[in-house]
Amino acid sequence: MRANVRKFIVDNFSFGREDVQFSDEESLLEKGLIDSTGVLELVTFLETKYKIHVEDDELIPDNLDSVTKMIRFVNRKSVQEASVAD
Amino acid sequence: MQIEDFLENSARRWSGKTALVAGGRRLTYGELDVQCNRLAQALAAEGVGRGDRVVIYLDNTVEAVVAIFAALKAEAVFVVINPTTKADKLLYLVNNCGAAAMITHTSKLEAARESLREPSLKAVFVDGAVEAWRPSAVKPARPLGEILQDERPVGPLPKRGIDIDLAALIYTSGSTGRSKGVMLTHLNIVSAANSITTYLENKPDDIILNVLPLSFDYGLYQVLMAFKIGGTVVLERSFTYPAVSLQRIAQEKVTGFPIVPTIAAILLQMDLSKWDLSSLRYITNTAAALPSDHIAKLRRLFPRVRLYSMYGLTECKRVSYLPPEQIHLRPGSVGRGMPNTEVSIVDAQGDPVGPGVVGELVVRGSNVMKGYWRRPEETAKVLKPGRFPGETVLYSGDLFRADEEGYLYFVGRKDDIIKTRGEKVSPKEVEEILYSLPGVIEAAVVGTPDPVLGSSIKAILVTQKGVRLTEKDVLRHCASRMEDFMVPKSVEFRDQLPKTSNGKIAKQQLVENLQLTSPRRKSGPSSPITDRVPASAGMTAQEIDAQPER
Repeated sequence: MRANVRKFIVDNFSFGREDVQFSDEESLLEKGLIDSTGVLELVTFLETKYKIHVEDDELIPDNLDSVTKMIRFVNRKSVQEASVAD
Repeated sequence: MQIEDFLENSARRWSGKTALVAGGRRLTYGELDVQCNRLAQALAAEGVGRGDRVVIYLDNTVEAVVAIFAALKAEAVFVVINPTTKADKLLYLVNNCGAAAMITHTSKLEAARESLREPSLKAVFVDGAVEAWRPSAVKPARPLGEILQDERPVGPLPKRGIDIDLAALIYTSGSTGRSKGVMLTHLNIVSAANSITTYLENKPDDIILNVLPLSFDYGLYQVLMAFKIGGTVVLERSFTYPAVSLQRIAQEKVTGFPIVPTIAAILLQMDLSKWDLSSLRYITNTAAALPSDHIAKLRRLFPRVRLYSMYGLTECKRVSYLPPEQIHLRPGSVGRGMPNTEVSIVDAQGDPVGPGVVGELVVRGSNVMKGYWRRPEETAKVLKPGRFPGETVLYSGDLFRADEEGYLYFVGRKDDIIKTRGEKVSPKEVEEILYSLPGVIEAAVVGTPDPVLGSSIKAILVTQKGVRLTEKDVLRHCASRMEDFMVPKSVEFRDQLPKTSNGKIAKQQLVENLQLTSPRRKSGPSSPITDRVPASAGMTAQEIDAQPER
């Protein structure tokens, strides 16, 4: 998942710029990589790719602002939604 | 009256009242005023004084607000630069305005490095660690944090300024390519702030949420006007995480929320019932017209909130507003001239036209700029003699018509400037950067309708034979050279571009053909959030072909 998420960010937000490096922990907002329409694109990607449903009040930096946070969020959502489906 | 009086008067009257909430900090008027005095003294100690330009290159933070008022208190001219500005553009801006000082953040060293060598710079103030900056600048970087936190008592500098002194340069895109600095005096800004706070009926108990960059006059004025009325401004870095901004409205009991159509489009995709937004008294929209459909939906979502449709341009800040009582009668109108401003619509000869006839909007008022910084020829194209001897009025470059009662309706631009997310983008500026990419032989940049962005920027390129460029190559080149809002959303490659009889690229024809071939777009994102529309949605087959990386 980490590689896929990073590839999405590189393809869509940094366009592979060499002057913009980001670690898994770094804030995408602080790095200037994401804006409000970017967040919507990111969420659409996560929802489609990982079959989760993101609620509006989950559109917060704690869930989405770094690769690590995203992975944690998607994993948590997947477990939650699987248990609801059960 | 000077702009800094807004802050100083409120600090005298309501010293203990919260003036600013930003980045988890809360500052009272008293605290803020003292910090501004400290930085003003530090600027003066570095030799920055009356009429000198102070470049402020910071995100929306406490420090940015302090920097603006410190520059004013030092009788200097503040120049707030978009925090996503890249190195080349920053160098151009610092050089163009002949900056005497720069106030920035340690994270911006890479972009700022070249600019720091500009001989006009007397001082650089850096928020955060300064060690890395020291070898880069002509003058040593000074730590902003230490200056602001200095415990020693400090007073204001002596006041000598008068209201015709220059207060700010606000850079805006022009049709000729490079940004132009709009020269605004204290009188210009104070006049506009008076008019706007009058029609918004602002009161000291107003709490205004600002998510717009301070480099954008609409964002900047939220701070200036809040201080003028003795209200509170809640400053957010951006609207990137909408849930955070909505939570802030609930937490801080925000009463005023200025938006642009892109924010409206995002809000309308969300289920807002999760937040208590009952404190909101008014919402304002400007920068681009809200689609009527969005106005209707916003009115249903916020039945008790006064919704203001407004129109303006950086050259005079604001021109008109539609009283909220009128919005259901004339949803497509941006109202009539605001208090202390007169407007007319004129034909190509400068003569007024009647109701229903399209012409250029002309603005008359003390809010009209002094001109474009060091651009007398371009100034002369927009500031022209008015109907009374000796005066000049502003030709907006925007085409309007008025109804029988004088309410204004925006029709379009006279030039090819694109409005995206409420920001003006010069196609020429983007094209020049595209031409600097090896392999590009022709470039045309146009705006295409977009439900979220207003207009989405599209680059259409012809490349040299044998050169294989991908969309990602082009976007990478752009993203490292221009502000984020200017970066095209899509790139199309063609074998040739249509030309006019004198060999120029036929932009109009390109735009018309694009409109004919584009798939039908949603009139507005009204769907639930599960149906989010990414800004790049609605691509033509050609566009998708040109996107091998996606």
